[in-house]
Amino acid sequence: MAEVVLKSVEKQYPNGFKAVHGIDLEIKDGEFMVFVGPSGCAKSTTLRMVAGLEDITGGEIWIGDKCVNEVQPKDRGIAMVFQNYALYPHMTAYNNMAFGLQMSKTPKNIIDQRVREAAKHLEIEDLLDRKPKEMSGGQRQRVALGRALVRKPDVFLFDEPLSNLDAKLRVSMRVRIQELHEMLKAEGVPATMIYVTHDQVEAMTMGDRITVLNAGRIMQVDTPMNLYRKPENLFVAGFIGAPSMNLVDGEIVEMGGKVFVSIPGGVLPLPEEKAEKVRSHVGKKIKFGLRPEDIIANEVHEGGEGFVTGSVRVVEQMGNEEFIYFNAAGTQFIARVNPEQVKNIRKGEDYRFWFNLAKCHMFDLETEENLTL
Amino acid sequence: MNEQDRKKLIAENDLRLRKRLARRNGINSGLRYFVLTFVGLLMLYPLIWLLGASFKSNAEIFTSIGFLPSSFDFSGYVNGWKTSTEYTFTTYFINTFKIVIPKVIVTVISVTLTAYGFARFKIPGKKFLFSILIATLLLPNLVLRIPQYIMFNSFNWLDSYKPLIVPSAFAVDAFFVFMVIQFMRGIPKDLEEAATIDGCNSIQVLTKILMPILKPALISVALFQFMWTMNDFLGPLIYISSVRKYPVSIALKMSMDASALVHWNQVIALSVIALVPSLVVFFLAQRHFVDGITSSGIKG
Ligand SMILES: Nc1ncnc2c1ncn2[C@@H]1O[C@H](COP(=O)(O)OP(=O)(O)OP(=O)(O)O)[C@@H](O)[C@H]1O
Ligand SMILES: [Mg+2]
Repeated sequence: MAEVVLKSVEKQYPNGFKAVHGIDLEIKDGEFMVFVGPSGCAKSTTLRMVAGLEDITGGEIWIGDKCVNEVQPKDRGIAMVFQNYALYPHMTAYNNMAFGLQMSKTPKNIIDQRVREAAKHLEIEDLLDRKPKEMSGGQRQRVALGRALVRKPDVFLFDEPLSNLDAKLRVSMRVRIQELHEMLKAEGVPATMIYVTHDQVEAMTMGDRITVLNAGRIMQVDTPMNLYRKPENLFVAGFIGAPSMNLVDGEIVEMGGKVFVSIPGGVLPLPEEKAEKVRSHVGKKIKFGLRPEDIIANEVHEGGEGFVTGSVRVVEQMGNEEFIYFNAAGTQFIARVNPEQVKNIRKGEDYRFWFNLAKCHMFDLETEENLTL
Repeated sequence: MNEQDRKKLIAENDLRLRKRLARRNGINSGLRYFVLTFVGLLMLYPLIWLLGASFKSNAEIFTSIGFLPSSFDFSGYVNGWKTSTEYTFTTYFINTFKIVIPKVIVTVISVTLTAYGFARFKIPGKKFLFSILIATLLLPNLVLRIPQYIMFNSFNWLDSYKPLIVPSAFAVDAFFVFMVIQFMRGIPKDLEEAATIDGCNSIQVLTKILMPILKPALISVALFQFMWTMNDFLGPLIYISSVRKYPVSIALKMSMDASALVHWNQVIALSVIALVPSLVVFFLAQRHFVDGITSSGIKG
């Protein structure tokens, strides 16, 4: 049993810089939690405080039913996988994996059994006699994973473990880590995993839940789908999703009892459900957000309630989809379309872009909160 | 000319060209080896002459220029070893090692600990302390001789090896500390953090993780200290007064000014012997030593 609970955790570095401003977070036992956020948002700092590598300057961290503020890293029941593998260069893969168990005076035969078992799972049995410098990056990271695995920790901590690997390897390692999580669950020893990344794809595909951090504060904690569909604030809306959500300045206006949103390039009628949410903001400026896939580039009125006319600047062919960058009244938008359905979009010409306003988001300019949830 | 002929011609041409290149390469490298050998010999000549002269008779040393002795005469070694004192050179060698071995050991230990402290821990006033340490590098050894002598005198340590060994236990060799710190800075902190999670305390981090990685640097420290101490003349001269305790460096000098007549062949023979330990240790440690000064031991 090891849920991880952070209670208004703060971190001020010795140089006076305050990296973490009171984080409250509950990570359930056996959950795969991903920390994501832009560079410097204190993902690593938070993770390292859970590991015990960084002092906590305020608040409490609980692992299981123990407050671990004053507990040594080795007694926290955690294992960590580092970005640069951090394998001991003078030891073979076998000894790298066995080292932690040797330090805790585990009997030799148990060490051997656990190391070989982990090596089998990770398919590194024939690398056990090699030193780190005789292995490739992917192999090293598997050994590092094995080193964490043999300790049978309650909590696994990962700090961008795949960012030094090439794209293809990253995908296969990603799957491997997920399988590991499932396997432990199936064996009846579910492990809590905290995974730091700045890669959206990793975050969205791996996490049971995702914590979005910005500048030492939690922006939102939710499942990947909810983060995508119901971003609570402007930051999450802009951060999650690639290409990111179109976010433009707008204003709520009321004409003849109907509520419209006025954005560069057009005044669009809001569907009743959205109109209700923003009626209090009539006459005020807001941020208007719409995901690229909710813009339809077609002459036909198809599911959209209003359109803007824009001139196409760039069309990016991705094979299975197309990104269309267009300008409307001096503001840039991006639409993501299916090339099968939308043909003959040419650079430099004007088209009507229908907006699926049922899916739109509007954010208060001051609080940056989503008004349309 | 048909296709086949052309191919043959091209192949022949190719072969000729390659042969010429090979020949030129051969000449080039031959020349290079010649020059290198010549310069190498030139620089080694004093040593070679020393080796040769150790087998010459006392008279021949000053009469012939060549390094080959007319006949191999081992009396220089035999008589030199006996020395003109009541002790043989065996005693002096043992004395030398009584100084060198403890000194090398305490140096490596103290230097490692000090460097670890400076490189990895938050100590109040660390910057200031470190600059003092580095400043001692600039201090001429000479200015310390008299105060040190007075200090060791009041400790009653004169005519013992303590003044030569004990200071090294306090990491006075700032150069070594500096060198090891530089190496330590090249070791990623991740490793130590991983070791902490694996259950090491700070001393275990040092002994189980850092020291194995630092091995080349530590071997270099040991090697330098070994050679410098072997060759140290002034230190023993100042602090050691009884002949029974003389190390090789002093004994060698003693054999030169024993009387009006200097047995040069003996002096030379003993010099050759005195060189041997340093050479042996150097060649044993050579691989690691070179490793140590060219890389920080961590790659990739
Ligand atoms: N030892 C330190 N002393 C002072 N400030 C630090 C220290 N370590 C990190 N910081 C600062 O704390 C903030 C958070 O750093 P952290 O390493 O947690 O970011 P991160 O989210 O992991 O970023 P990245 O994605 O680049 O790894 C940064 O602004 C950083 O400059
Ligand atoms: Mg980081």
